[in-house]
Amino acid sequence: MERLWTVMKKELLHIWRDPRTLALIVALPVMLLALLGYGIAGESRNTPMAVADFSKSDASRRYIEAYTASADFAVVYDVLSEAEILDLIDQDLVDVGLLIPDDFGRKVDTGEPTTVQLFVNGSIDPTDAQTVQLKLNSIAQGATQTILVERLQRSPVTQSLDWPIDALVKTLYNPDGNAKLYMIPGLIPILLQIQLLLLSALSVVREREQGTMEQLIVTPIKTWELTLGKMIPYLFVGIVNLFALLWLSDLLFDVQVAGSYWELVGLSIVFIIGALGMGMLISNLAQSQMQAIYLAVFVILVPAIILSGLMLPRDNMPAVTYWYSELLPVTQYLEICRGLIVRGVSATTLWYSSTLPLIIQSVIYFVGSILVFRKRV
Amino acid sequence: MSDAVRLPEGRGAGGTPRGRDSANAVETAGLTKQFGHFTAVNDVDFYIPRGEIFGLLGPNGAGKTTTIRMLCGLLKPTSGRASVLGYDVARDPEEIKRRIGYMSQKFALYNDLTAVENIRFYAEVYGVPRAQRARRVGELLAMAGLEGHATTLTRSLSGAWRQRLALACAIVHEPPMLFLDEATAGVDPVARREFWDLIYSMAAGGTSVLATTHYMDEAEYCNTIGMMYDGELIAVASPDTLKEKLPGMLLLITCPEPAVVEHLLDGHPDVIDAAVHGVQVHVTVRRDADPGAIERAILDAGTAVDAIEETLPSLEDVFITMVAQRRRASSSEAGGPDLTRAATGD
Repeated sequence: MERLWTVMKKELLHIWRDPRTLALIVALPVMLLALLGYGIAGESRNTPMAVADFSKSDASRRYIEAYTASADFAVVYDVLSEAEILDLIDQDLVDVGLLIPDDFGRKVDTGEPTTVQLFVNGSIDPTDAQTVQLKLNSIAQGATQTILVERLQRSPVTQSLDWPIDALVKTLYNPDGNAKLYMIPGLIPILLQIQLLLLSALSVVREREQGTMEQLIVTPIKTWELTLGKMIPYLFVGIVNLFALLWLSDLLFDVQVAGSYWELVGLSIVFIIGALGMGMLISNLAQSQMQAIYLAVFVILVPAIILSGLMLPRDNMPAVTYWYSELLPVTQYLEICRGLIVRGVSATTLWYSSTLPLIIQSVIYFVGSILVFRKRV
Repeated sequence: MSDAVRLPEGRGAGGTPRGRDSANAVETAGLTKQFGHFTAVNDVDFYIPRGEIFGLLGPNGAGKTTTIRMLCGLLKPTSGRASVLGYDVARDPEEIKRRIGYMSQKFALYNDLTAVENIRFYAEVYGVPRAQRARRVGELLAMAGLEGHATTLTRSLSGAWRQRLALACAIVHEPPMLFLDEATAGVDPVARREFWDLIYSMAAGGTSVLATTHYMDEAEYCNTIGMMYDGELIAVASPDTLKEKLPGMLLLITCPEPAVVEHLLDGHPDVIDAAVHGVQVHVTVRRDADPGAIERAILDAGTAVDAIEETLPSLEDVFITMVAQRRRASSSEAGGPDLTRAATGD
């Protein structure tokens, strides 16, 4: 037992004595979150907009004002046809088009439901497109509510409460964009996965390369003392990273944990332990740091980024791909992050779909890494 | 030639070859290691009495390191048996690990730890009792001459210091058996000498040592030498005994025209081999040859001789001759046991 502490002290010294790597370990995931988060959630102001107002009524002008007042959109072209809007989008002169039909003013006045058509250029950064869509939706809703409330005030007589204006948003070229609320809770698992997998895999292989592993193997040290002693310091590193990432998500992107914060932290620790175990397993196969990196990147990290559901929905994946991603704890953890951070559900809601699989997988990878770890050269 | 080799009864008092209180620190019988179709160590038998320094000599790839790794429990033997301090290497490797020190040519130290942190780490890993730790660490720093550099990062230490630090780490738990695998590789001759002085003093204190080396001069420090070639142990004996086994003796002839002398002596009936070494000619002659006759032959040919010195052949000469014998024996199948298969364990 004392030896466990001995190994931990030594590992902590390794981390501490190498301030540059320490800085990278702590700062890189955080910087990457900021970088990718901004890339994804970048606030676009004054998005250029083309408007074809066939109605030319008081109602339509007020409706358009709702968009320009927010300073999110700037009407740079007044046009006369849908074709012109599409042309402007094609030429990349505007990113958004709004088409108001000629019966808009009359229908709003009489209380009939009406429809406007919005066009979004999805070929801009898909995340921008997503942000634009969200803004359009919320502005369209706001404008519609205002009109509805005004109408109710004007005629207290019970009227049909039909949604007066239905804003149809049509995203061109890339209907499936991503939002920061969707991306940032997904980036946290990926960043932790990359970090911890490489740290634990390399810490063993480095010793193998420099010959100290051979030296340790001829000592009476026990496998579990060695592996645990190596993993525990990195568990702390992982926890520090987790808090930094959650804090930064709030600070920079206003993304808070809608569900239970500590439930998320608890399951994150389960995930971190599993990720460290996977790193240890890799270190068993790899003879050199180069091999360890290749194994980590190609067997786990690239699939983690592509298949975990970070960017692509998993429902339509072919069976083999789907099950491969199912075996990666990061897939489960990502679902948990999205569930707890975005939807505010509890871990028990996701018990069978994600929570239990995450716990089982992490335990298997962790215990497996200790059992499989051989005292070999 | 059997007097040259250690016979099984030399194994010692109790006659219990494999007991825990065995008089021998190491015993092997038919020890063999195969990697796929390649036989790295082939049917090796030898033993090391307690307190002796045993040198395993041979070129790279002879199987020295594989042998040491099997004895330390790093590799499992394919067949055959070996015991260290009375424990079987296949059955009780962990018992062995507790009791041995191991140092390889890599000087497996943590470069980002200080000298004293390295020693302390291994002291804790080996479970040196807390009460003795400080004393032991102090002793080892003194032994390694590292008192002034205890808190220096290991990566800033010179090769010789790193070597002694690696030794300090390997013996922190005062093991009765020490394995040195090419432990002097890449260190200057003075440091090598000092290192061997340390090993000597440990052996005098009762530590048994198995050292591999390909520096033939280092073998002179060993009580017994095992020569390995192509995975086989081709001879086991003391350095002097081995040298006496050579069929000839060596004459060092200093002369102004070494090339002429070499050419001249090549055809001489008493001469086995002649080779120019700088201003000298090293001439291997038959044991019964008369140096005076050789000198006369040179003078008669009209060239001068400054000095003729008779000397024992070096271990290197012995080794080369051994290998040549071995090859002849294996090609004709009529070589007889000779020096080979000398130290049969059972």
